[in-house]
Amino acid sequence: MKTIYILWIRQLKRYYRSKPRIIGSLGQPVLFLVALGFGFGPIYQKAGGGDYIQFLAPGIICMSILFTSVFSGIEIIWDRQFGFLKETLVAPVSRFHIMIGRTLGGASVATLQGVIVFSISLLAGFKPYLIALPLALFIMVLIAVIFTALGTAIASLMEDMHGFQLIMNFLIMPLFFLSGALFPLDGLPRAIEIASRANPLSYGVDGLRFALINVCHFSLAFDLTFMLLAALIFLGLGSYLFSRIQI
Amino acid sequence: MSAIIVVDDLVKSFKEIKAVDHISFSVNKGEIFGFLGPNGAGKSTTIKMLTTLLVPDRGKILMNGFDPLTEPDKVRQTFGIVFQDPSIDEELTAWENMELHGVLYHIPKKVRRRRIEQLLKIVELWDRRNDPAKRFSSGMKRRLEISRGLLHHPAILFLDEPTLGLDPQTRNLIWGHIKQLNQTERVTVFFTTHYMEEAERVAGRIAIIDHGRIIALGAPGELKAATNASSLEDAFINFTGRNIRAEEVSNLDQLRRRVRLFRR
Repeated sequence: MKTIYILWIRQLKRYYRSKPRIIGSLGQPVLFLVALGFGFGPIYQKAGGGDYIQFLAPGIICMSILFTSVFSGIEIIWDRQFGFLKETLVAPVSRFHIMIGRTLGGASVATLQGVIVFSISLLAGFKPYLIALPLALFIMVLIAVIFTALGTAIASLMEDMHGFQLIMNFLIMPLFFLSGALFPLDGLPRAIEIASRANPLSYGVDGLRFALINVCHFSLAFDLTFMLLAALIFLGLGSYLFSRIQI
Repeated sequence: MSAIIVVDDLVKSFKEIKAVDHISFSVNKGEIFGFLGPNGAGKSTTIKMLTTLLVPDRGKILMNGFDPLTEPDKVRQTFGIVFQDPSIDEELTAWENMELHGVLYHIPKKVRRRRIEQLLKIVELWDRRNDPAKRFSSGMKRRLEISRGLLHHPAILFLDEPTLGLDPQTRNLIWGHIKQLNQTERVTVFFTTHYMEEAERVAGRIAIIDHGRIIALGAPGELKAATNASSLEDAFINFTGRNIRAEEVSNLDQLRRRVRLFRR
């Protein structure tokens, strides 16, 4: 337990101390929120979709959680290059605990980031229902855990940062674009619909939309079930691959 | 004298290359043991097997009576290690790095606090305990790592090139600390280095490994006498020849090397 706690605290400290990183990672969601929100707003309205900011904000919150959590998971590569990983691997603690501590730490950081983006979206004119805020927070945590674990799994397979662009362009970006964060999932071409249905983030976006603006494409129960399953699978995969890391 | 590390007929291959080729040796309790060899001779591979990071193909290891294969956590509790590359978290302070280590090694809070203070004072970092490690010089980082390696009262301390890339003053200081800790803590020291004069000065016994085999083992004086050499460096070259070794370098090693260069 203490192992998990100390590694969790470490991630939070690292996050808190790197102000440029916090500000830097807020830039993108804010840009998306403002540029897309106000840019596509009128068209969306004309098409009869209502207020686009209402629709977009939960998607952008999910995006920032997705990016931050995959990054946190991938930080293992960083620790590998800068040596700290070895310090934890020769310690008399189980690798499973190390992995869980790191993942919870990364997920907390990502959730925090999501909460910050949520607050910013309020400034941009987002008006959510506040009743289901605890539910919204729970969904944010779930998304964060899923994708931190995924990041950990990927990082355990990579030796260095060279493959990073690959992951960015062929995994993270598609996950984001095919999640329904930017557009409704109704009436899509078959292939895109299948892809978005297989994407765990779709259910995160959907669940968060339900919690914040009471709009739902699937159903909350289905969203939660799918995400819990995905979290378990990725945690399992992440800890398996992490346990096999050789220095 | 009783042996604290026993290695018997150890073998490890990577694909076609025999990195460690049937080596056997033992290290006595309380001694300072030098493990020397050219690049790619099998030093790091041996240390990784002793410290549970690699599984041997065959052979037997006993670390303070424990087998790394069957009781890895007991072995991990029994040694401290300073890796060739820095392994501290630079975003954390000296104190936090020590604290984290203490928790990972299950040291109770009270003992931990006292012990951290004692060790940081010995390596003269107590006044800088609340500074992030990234503001430390490479010598200070190394001192922090050495004190961290001793935090959990290990019976054995591994030092993989502890003075690499440091100036003579810092190297002297660091060996001073190591010798002092060897005395006061009664910790067995197992080190590697490429600085032969250092090995000659501090080591009680030295093993020379080349092409995965141990080719000489004894006190520095014995090794010199065996080859009629005036210095350990000459003896070392007599044993291992003058050829430069081609070392297989993995991507990861390359990167580490770059990181190391960049940090200097």
